Amino acid sequence: MTRTRRPGPLQRVLLLWTPLLLLMVFTLFPFWWMLVTSVKPDAELYDVRQPPLWAKTVTFEHYRELFVRLPFATWVRNSLVVSAAATLISLAIGTLAGYSLARLRFRGATTLGTIIFVAYLVPTTLLFLPLAYVIRWLGLYNTPFALIVAYPTFLVPFCSWYLMGYFKTIPRELEECAMVDGCTRGRALRRIVLPLATPGILSAAIFAFTFSWNEFIYALTFVQSPAYKTIPVGVVGQLATGDVLFWGKLMAAAVLGSIPIALIYSTVSGHFAAGLTAGAVKG
Amino acid sequence: MPARLLSRDATLGYLWVTPALALLGTLIAYPFLLALYWSLTSRSAGSPGVFVGLDNFVYLLSGPIFQQTLRNTAVFTVVSVAAKLALGMAAALVLNQAFQGRNLARGVFLLPWIVPTSLSALAWLWIYDDIFGVISRVAIDLGLRREPLPFLADAFLAMMAVILVNVWRGVSFFAVSFLAGMQSIAQELYEAAEVDGAGAARRFWHVTLPGLAPITAVATLFSVIWTFSDFTIVYIVTRGGPANSTHLLATLAYQTAIYGGKVGEGLAVSAFMFPLLVLVIFLQLHFLRRAQA
Repeated sequence: MTRTRRPGPLQRVLLLWTPLLLLMVFTLFPFWWMLVTSVKPDAELYDVRQPPLWAKTVTFEHYRELFVRLPFATWVRNSLVVSAAATLISLAIGTLAGYSLARLRFRGATTLGTIIFVAYLVPTTLLFLPLAYVIRWLGLYNTPFALIVAYPTFLVPFCSWYLMGYFKTIPRELEECAMVDGCTRGRALRRIVLPLATPGILSAAIFAFTFSWNEFIYALTFVQSPAYKTIPVGVVGQLATGDVLFWGKLMAAAVLGSIPIALIYSTVSGHFAAGLTAGAVKG
Repeated sequence: MPARLLSRDATLGYLWVTPALALLGTLIAYPFLLALYWSLTSRSAGSPGVFVGLDNFVYLLSGPIFQQTLRNTAVFTVVSVAAKLALGMAAALVLNQAFQGRNLARGVFLLPWIVPTSLSALAWLWIYDDIFGVISRVAIDLGLRREPLPFLADAFLAMMAVILVNVWRGVSFFAVSFLAGMQSIAQELYEAAEVDGAGAARRFWHVTLPGLAPITAVATLFSVIWTFSDFTIVYIVTRGGPANSTHLLATLAYQTAIYGGKVGEGLAVSAFMFPLLVLVIFLQLHFLRRAQA
């Protein structure tokens, strides 16, 4: 807690190393279980005489089958396209809205900020049924565009709110100087503000991409054809239904679906909480 | 700034928020109002139905499945959030100490939060498997049980099982929020408390906890929304079973409207999220205004 006095070795074991070990085991255990299962041959997997937490033989057969027998590559592609498209659209809309709310003085700006924050709090599980109707009405039901249109409903409020907070930290004087020198708002935004806001925009992009990559209930409801499914619903819908579950393949898919996100995050984990509660609390 | 620039600012402001507002209007506000209206109709998958007033709500409230679902949602939310709060604080106190590999440990601790919940929930379903699942196997191997442990066939154990997944997934959000909050507490306060003879426990109680109060409130409110509206974990691990004992509002709404085809009734189920959502929004805005004041 405090760094004013050095704790003794016994204190370190009791207050740091033991709880840390428990914490790490609790956190990592499901991932270990995923990984071990994904590389075990079926004969070993479904034999209670074999040790559960270890693989005697390592095989990549489950991984191979995902690509050979199942459209896993298609789901990966769909996840990538949907997440990237929804992220880009939401960043564009959110940058404009966030900048306006942070900088431009106009009547109703504060109310708009509140509306966007409230929209961020509305859970997807409250909206999915009527939104399915709107998606159908737009002719997008069961098309690759259904999710690209649906995901901005939570990404735009998030990006606007997050970027609004970020823009506020950039000194106003920089753009004002440029504008006094004859620069327009749009030019000042492009030439001065956006380059300075790159770290914030990049973090927003990573969060938005993750939210899209992980989204489940919209993907479950708005898309039916296996050809258009994203990884989460592809795996759950095609592999985890019926009485017999193929755990080797399921866990291989879980490993593959988790790795990209874990890799992306290893670059930004520092800004993590600040992003989600951005602006709600000082400091 | 000159008035000319300010008036131009206003025009640009409206112009630049228009895309966001148009999207929120058509894809959030409109469906939301539609949902409120349809919850008052007998709409089904096959027919638009007729206006029935509060019939769906009366019907739901008088039925055992819905009453059970309300209780489940309350238990799930209260127990999960309380556990995440307590465990998150403990984790933050551990991860805030100086040690080698601290950044790595913090990164690892974030993993459950960032990977797709649907996929990690599948891993938990497999952990809970009665014959080949690791809990059942280890219990038998250690001689604690003779028979496989039918984890998800028991109402109480199934609820504990989905709560555990939710806690595992959500605890790092609290821990990271607390860690951020701890950075903002002035070191002088700790030094002053130590000069006054306060031990570690008293420093935690009188300096750390009060300093973390604002972030605790905000993080808890976020967590309450995310927890009581949860769908994925229950949908994958128990499907609401056994005998509806783990159904939450979202999973029951899905089952009623999508499997059962009773859209009006399903929307009435999800409409029960609304009062708590309004309360949380109200409180969040209150903290927001205070933070900005």
